[in-house]
Amino acid sequence: MIRLELTSMLRRPRTWVTIAMLNALPLVVAILLAVTDLGPRPGTGPPFLSAVLTDGTLFPLAALGIVLPLFLPVAVAVIAGDAIAGEAQAGTLRYLLISPVGRTRLLVAKLASTIAFVLLAVLVVAVAAYVEGRVLLGSADPSGSVTSVSGSTLSQAEMIQRTVVALGYVTVMMLGVAAIALFFSTVTESGVSAALGTVAILIGSTVLLGLDAADVLQPYLPTRYWLAFVDLFRDPIRWDGVLRGLASQGAYLVVFLGAAWANFTTKDINT
Amino acid sequence: MIRTRGLTKRYGALTAVDGLDLDVREGDVYGFLGANGSGKTTTVRMLLGLVLATSGEIELVGRPMPASRASALPHVGALVEGPGAYGHLSGRANLATFDRAASATSRRVRSRRIAETLDQVGLDPSDRRPVRTYSLGMRQRLGLASALLRRPALLVLDEPTNGLDPQGIREIRELLLALNAQGTTIFLSSHLLAEIEQMCTRVGVLDRGRMVLQDDVASLVAPTGRVAVHTPTPEWAAEVLGARVEDVSGPRLVVVSDDAAGVNAELVGAGLRVDEIGPLRVSLEDVVLRASTEHAGARA
Ligand SMILES: Nc1ncnc2c1ncn2[C@@H]1O[C@H](COP(=O)(O)OP(=O)(O)OP(=O)(O)O)[C@@H](O)[C@H]1O
Ligand SMILES: [Mg+2]
Repeated sequence: MIRLELTSMLRRPRTWVTIAMLNALPLVVAILLAVTDLGPRPGTGPPFLSAVLTDGTLFPLAALGIVLPLFLPVAVAVIAGDAIAGEAQAGTLRYLLISPVGRTRLLVAKLASTIAFVLLAVLVVAVAAYVEGRVLLGSADPSGSVTSVSGSTLSQAEMIQRTVVALGYVTVMMLGVAAIALFFSTVTESGVSAALGTVAILIGSTVLLGLDAADVLQPYLPTRYWLAFVDLFRDPIRWDGVLRGLASQGAYLVVFLGAAWANFTTKDINT
Repeated sequence: MIRTRGLTKRYGALTAVDGLDLDVREGDVYGFLGANGSGKTTTVRMLLGLVLATSGEIELVGRPMPASRASALPHVGALVEGPGAYGHLSGRANLATFDRAASATSRRVRSRRIAETLDQVGLDPSDRRPVRTYSLGMRQRLGLASALLRRPALLVLDEPTNGLDPQGIREIRELLLALNAQGTTIFLSSHLLAEIEQMCTRVGVLDRGRMVLQDDVASLVAPTGRVAVHTPTPEWAAEVLGARVEDVSGPRLVVVSDDAAGVNAELVGAGLRVDEIGPLRVSLEDVVLRASTEHAGARA
C-alpha cells in the first residue's frame, strides 16, 4: 500500500504542478536580483537574501526563506489535506477500505506519501535554487568559503553539512503542518476545507507571534521556530531555537497524528 | 453467507436500521427491497464494515464483522451507493489500483483478469481515456467490474443497474445470473421490484429500517389456486361457472380452480368466447405492498 501511494503520488500531475509553482517565486526573485543587483539591506527581508548578491551558492537557503512563510506550508497543507478527504470526495475511500486495506494502514501509507512529498518539495526547491543561484547570480569566492551570519568564515564542507541539516529541519517543520492537515483530512470530506483549516491555524499562529499580548502563548505556536534554521549558520551554531523547534513540532506531530488515527479508525464512512 | 442478528444503527434520534435479522444463504440471489431512505445502503455499509453498528451482530462469509474484516472482505465484491473512481486514471488503471491496494497478485495475472472483467461488463479493455470522460453508465459498469474483479464468493451490490440503459440492464442481469449459476452468492439491493422479481430467489423487504418480510420468491408468488378469465360476456360466464366464481370485475372473473385448461374447455364448450385465461398469480409488488401496509398498520 505504501509503495502504491508513493507511485501514485509521483505519477500524479498535481504533485509536479504544485512543486513547479513552489519554485516560481524564488526564480522570479533570482531574476530580479540578477537584473537589478538591488538586495534588501542586511538584516531586513528574507534571510540570506542580501548575502546572495555576493555569493549565488547561498541562494538555496535564501529560497527556503522565501517559500517557508507561506508557499511551502500551503503546498503541504493542500497535499496532506487531500490525503483522506480527497479519497472520500472521489468515492474511492470506501472501495479502498473494502478491498480491504486496513484503516491504520491506509493512514500510514498516506503519511508516508506526504512525508515523501515534503522531502521532494524541499529538495527540488533547494536544487533548483542552487542552479538558479549559480547561473544567475554567480559564485563570489573561488576558494568556496562563505561568510557566516555571525561574520566569521565557513569552509565549503561546513557549509554543505549545515545546509543539509537546515533542509532536514525545514522538512520536520513541514511535517508538523502535514500532521495538522492530515487530521483535518480525516474530519471533513472536502480536501479544500482541510487545507484551509490548516492554513487558518498557521496564519493565526503568525498573527499571534506578532502580538506582544500573546507572549505566554508564543513558545507553543506551530510557526514560532520555523526560521530558526538561520541559527545553523551562526558561528558557533545556536542550537536552542533549533532544538525547541524540533521539540514543538514533535509534539504537534504526536498530538495531531494521534487524533487523526483515533478519529479515522472509529468513524463511519458515509461517502 | 450473510447473517445478522438484531442489527441496529441509530443516527442521533433517527433509527436508520432497526433490529435487522438478515439471512442470506449460499447460492441465493437475494433481493433487498425498500423505499428510499428505508436503510438499504446503511445496512450494506454495516455489512462491509464501513459504518459501525450501534448494536447487533454480523456474520459475513462465516466470519464476524467488523472484527474479521481482513479475512472476510477478500471473498466479497461490492458496489456501494454508486461507483467511485480516480478521474485522472483510465478504467484499467483504476481496477489495478484497487487490486494492488490489497492483494499481491502477479502483474500478468492481474492484467489478464482486468481485461477479462472489463470485457464481461461491456467496457473496452483497450480504452485508455481517463474515467473523468466516462458516461454515467460506463462508470457504473466500471464499478461492477471492480466488484467482480477478484471472482468473489459473495457479491454485495447496492443498486447495481442504476444509470444503465435497458440493454445494459439486461446484459448485467444475464451476467449476474451466469455468475450465480457458477456458484456466486448475490445480495442486491434495489427499489425496482420488477428487477428483483426477474432475478431473485429470495427477498427481504425493509420498511423504515425494519424487516417486514423475508422469504423465497417462489413461495411468495406461488399459484393461488385461482384462475383469471377475461371474456366479452362475463355475466354469461358467471352463470356457466356458478359458485366457483369468486369475483367479477368488468370483463374479468376470478374462479376457484387449479385447472385453467379445464375451465377454458368448459366455457368454450358452452359457446362462450374467451379473450385470455390463466392461473392467477400474485405479483411480488402486491406481496411487498401488502407487507408494508400491514406493517404500517401494526405500527399505528
Ligand atoms: N450519515 C448519516 N447521518 C444521518 N442520517 C443518515 C446518515 N446516513 C443515512 N441516514 C439516514 O438513514 C436513513 C436510511 O438511509 P439509507 O441511505 O440507508 O437509505 P436507502 O434505503 O439506501 O435509500 P435509497 O433508496 O434512497 O438509496 C435515511 O433516513 C437517511 O436520512
Ligand atoms: Mg441507497
